[in-house]
This record gives sequence, structure tokens and C-alpha cells, in this order.
Amino acid sequence: MIEIRFHGRGGQGAVTAAQILAKAAFYDGKFSQAFPFFGVERRGAPVMAFTRIDDKKIRLRSQIYEPDYVVVQDPTLLDTIDVTSGLKKGGKIVINTNKDIKLEGYDTYTIDATDVALEVLGLPIVNTVILGAFTGVTGEVTIDSLKKAIMDTFPKKLGEKNAKAAEVAYNMIKEE
Amino acid sequence: MVTVGTIIYEPGNSTNKTGSWRVFKPIMDKDKCVMCENCFIFCPEGCIKEKDGKFEIDYDYCKGCLICVNECPVKAISSIREEK
Amino acid sequence: MSKVKIITGTSAAAEAARLCDVDVISAYPITPQTTCVEKLAEFVANGELDAEFIKVESEHSAISACIGASATGARTFTATSSQGLALMHEVLFIASGMRLPIVMMNANRALSAPINIWNDQQDSISQRDTGWIQIYAADNQETLDSIIQAFKIAENEKVLLPVMVNLDGFILTHTVEPVELPDEEEVRDFVGIYEPKHAYLDPDRPITQGPVGVPSCYMESKYNVQNAMNNAEKVIMDVNEEFAKKFGRKYGNGLIETYNIENAETVLVAMGSVCGTIKEVIDDLKQEGKEYGLLRIRTYRPLPINHIREALKNAKNIAILDKDITFGMNKGAVYTDLAGFLKDKKTTNYIVGLGGRDIRQDDIKEIMKHAEKAEDGETKWMGLKEQ
Repeated sequence: MIEIRFHGRGGQGAVTAAQILAKAAFYDGKFSQAFPFFGVERRGAPVMAFTRIDDKKIRLRSQIYEPDYVVVQDPTLLDTIDVTSGLKKGGKIVINTNKDIKLEGYDTYTIDATDVALEVLGLPIVNTVILGAFTGVTGEVTIDSLKKAIMDTFPKKLGEKNAKAAEVAYNMIKEE
Repeated sequence: MVTVGTIIYEPGNSTNKTGSWRVFKPIMDKDKCVMCENCFIFCPEGCIKEKDGKFEIDYDYCKGCLICVNECPVKAISSIREEK
Repeated sequence: MSKVKIITGTSAAAEAARLCDVDVISAYPITPQTTCVEKLAEFVANGELDAEFIKVESEHSAISACIGASATGARTFTATSSQGLALMHEVLFIASGMRLPIVMMNANRALSAPINIWNDQQDSISQRDTGWIQIYAADNQETLDSIIQAFKIAENEKVLLPVMVNLDGFILTHTVEPVELPDEEEVRDFVGIYEPKHAYLDPDRPITQGPVGVPSCYMESKYNVQNAMNNAEKVIMDVNEEFAKKFGRKYGNGLIETYNIENAETVLVAMGSVCGTIKEVIDDLKQEGKEYGLLRIRTYRPLPINHIREALKNAKNIAILDKDITFGMNKGAVYTDLAGFLKDKKTTNYIVGLGGRDIRQDDIKEIMKHAEKAEDGETKWMGLKEQ
């Protein structure tokens, strides 16, 4: 079973990202589950969301403490939150930042998702962009399934734009 | 036997003719009555009924509370001691 | 055609009500049930469901409106949680006493104070004696399937009782996972049309519903509810079988579900989503050569005592998990209900997950170990912090 933790801020769509990833895994023929950290939701507050992916039906209902991957949607979170908490040694972490960051003991990948989002979507909403990067880094889902999941989640035009944004990020991180 | 949900299926099922509870009996003088409907409205038992353009008291259920006597503006209803 | 969607537990509940073609919905939104009501309102607004959606100012009114609707002969659905369910309390008795087959989704959530929106089962357990059938779902698929089954159980002439389908707040209500939505026609064929013989409105057949029940008939009316609960046991099992034949999914025998119980000396008894986590732990420990079992209570009312006793006949240590507490006994309600029937066993009680405290796999392992060594009748609050 693969466990992924998303860090974001309220309103940035971390929960939606976790759900889209669960859908994409399902389209790949796997079982999946996604849930928010059951906190008190406020716009701007640090939030977490989780996705589980497995080849068999997922029965586990506890929260995720030792993720295989971590996704950080907002670089400002690095100052206040231990985003690597419980992350398995050598685990991959994908961070949205325009700086070159390396986190000791982990396989760190950075992408300026905000820049991509502004360019492709015209809005600084990074969740689909960073999902594209995550897919490129981990290969846990296919880019086609990710795009399908994104198209399913948003209205047609918005879905197409977001799928495009994910693909741009996917190719960017693949080329690095 | 108690029905499912204690539902009562016969309308007007009260077999308890409360007229027997009366100590005083209202008497309607149909000639004095001006059909103002006060007694009809105030009767708590719904015992005042209209028949052939005049009001009538249903003594099967009238308990003799005499509210109708009190409410009648033209004193068309009087009361007597029930005779049994 | 059935199709699989990745949806939350609340969406699954709303889809189930739509598939069953309910006539009347009256509900008041409360976290974490809100999205179920929103979804149903959307179905009605965009014409996907031909139903009356009655907006009300409180849960007390919601369930009262449902009673009025159901008494006219309409198929009726509502949904609530926690304080909302508590506010419905007095009216719940009226629904069962009038024998109205209302179906309710309840998102299990803790009761205040302190204010807490997270999961435990204190809310529905506190409605234990209201005469409602209570089903506890373990995942989102079971939530959908149980609501479909609930209408068939509730409307059965031998039952005619309201049914509450419980799912764990957030743990299921806010978690997306694959859920198979069965074909609409097949569901409607399965549940049929609600045509009550007892309670409906017809100007040509005037009846009185909800009359005074004087001492000479009140006891009989309550005895009738108990009889209906007795009948419900078999009906729930039959519906579970029939559902399995038509849709290919079944949940134990409908009343209880057992897992690895044959080989185990120590068996955990639990309800709801935590049973998934327990199964994981059982499988993990099996690989280490250790055998533990699970008995999942699916219907808490009627409580299938005979089935539970039979299933536990080979077990020595029975660890009963409660997501609730009956103050003044230091026990959970499931324990107090069962212990008297399991006198020949060692029973221990675990108060778990109150107010959303996460139940980890390690907690389950600790319960298993504790149950083996503990004295009969011990209670342990899991994960309690030193104060």
C-alpha cells in the first residue's frame, strides 16, 4: 500500500488534490481512498489531506503517520510545519517553490508550480500542477489517468485547462 | 386487539355517549334564536348542529357545560336541571 | 447499468435515497452530514429525483415533517448527526410507535460539551431505546447498500419500523473511495413501491393516527413494537441474502459479520468503520502465526443476541470496543448490553475513539494483548493521556 500526504493551506485545494489522485489511481485499475485531516477548516490555515493506493480493497481507517510520499503545495509551510514528519527514509517529497531546496535524508523534488499555474491557468491555484509533478516524479499513477481524473472533477473548460497545467508540470519534472 | 401503530380505522368511533354526564341541560328556543352562530362556535363538544335552517343541540354528546347559554346574546338558550 | 464512482459516504447516502426514489425528504444540515442534504436538494432541484424537499428550521421539525409525510403513505428519508439526532429524540419514539418506516442516515459524531464535530457513536447509541432499527456501516459501499436494504426492511409488513443507518463521521462521511452505484431500475425493482396497508391518507377511508393510548392499550402497542423488532431479525437476514443475489454484495448474515473467528481464542467485538482497521491487524498478526478474530455487530437494534452467542461459542476472551460511554458505570453500551449474555466468557471493555481520537493499528494490538491478560469485566480507556 502506498500512502501520500498533502500539505497545503485552506482554500488551496489540497483535499481536492488528494481526491483527484485517488480517482486517477482508480482509473489505473487500483483501489484508493482519500480523506482530509479532520481539522477545523479555515481559509489560509495549514491543512493536510491523505491518499492511499493499493492493489486490493483498502480497509484501513486510521490516519496516515508514515507516508511514502509528501506533497507540499505552499513553500511558506516549510517554516512552520515539519513536513517530513514520519516520511519514510529516502521517501520522495515534492515541493512547490522557486528556490532550490534539499531536505536532508529525503529525495527532494522542487517545481515552481505557482509560476506554471499563473501561466497556464491564469490563477495561482497549484493543486493540479503539483499533481502533474507528483505523477512525473513517482509514476504511482499514469498521466492519462490523472488528466481524466482532473477532467472529471471540474467543469469542462476548467478541467481542460487544469489537465493541461498538470501535463506541463509532468513534462517539466520529467525533463529535469 | 391493538392495531399496528394504534391506528383507529372507524370514524366517529366514540361509543361513549357523553350526554349521560349532564347535570344541567341547555334548551334552545328556536324562535328567539337569530342564527348568530355564537353557540355553534363556542360549543367545545361540537354538539350544536344546523338542521333545516335552525340550530339544534345533540343531547347524545352534550355534557351540559352551558357555555352556549353564557354566549348567547339574545338569551335563546336556557338551562334546566337534568331529569334522569 | 451499474457504475463505480469515487465518492464520500454522504454522497453514497444521498445516491442511495435517489436510487430508492424517495417521495419526501426533510432534513436540516449539520456537520458532517451536510453534504448529504446538499446533494439531495440538488437532485430535487435539477429534476434527477421527483421528491418533495421540505425545508425546516431544526431537526425536531425535520423528523416531525417526516412523520407527517410518512403517515400519508409517502416513502420518506432524512439525515442528521450528533446534536441534531439528540434534538430529534422525543420524536423518534413517535415514528416507531406510529410504525412509520422512515429511513434516516446518521453521521456518527460526538456530543457536546466540549464542542466536538468529530466521530464517535455516542449520538446513535443514546437513541438505543427509541424503537428504531440501527444499522452500522463499515464503509461507503455498505452505507449505500444499507440504505437500499433499509427501505425494504422498514417497509416489510412484518416490521414497519423506522431504520437508522449509521456511518462514522469524517472517517466515512468525508473519505472518498470507490462505490458501485447499482442500476436505478434494478434498485427500484428490489425495493418496490411503498404501498402501506396501515398508515396512509385517503379521504374515502378516514382514520386516526397517533391517538391517545390509554393504559388499557399502551402496553400492547409497545409489545407490538418489540414483536416487530423480533420479526426484523429474520427480515434483515432475508433482505441481505436477496440483495446479495441481485447485486452480488453481502454483509455477513445481515446482523453480524465474523472474521477469522474459528481459529481465535481472543475475539474483538466492534461496530462501524474501525472493523476495517481491525481486519488489517488480524491479517498482519496471522502472518506472525497469531490468531485473533472479529465479530462486527451490523445491527445494534435488534441486537442479535443468539447469533452473537453462537458466533462466540469457541472464544475465551471477548474484547468489546465502545465508541461511547455510559457514565456512572465506566462501561460502553455495547458492553453492558452483551456482558450479561456472555457470562461463561471473559469479557473486557475498551472505550475507544471518543470525539475523533484516531484508532491506530497499535491501539488494536494493545487491546488484543490486554484482553488476553486482563481480569474479567475490566474497562480500559484507550490512548488516554496522563493528566
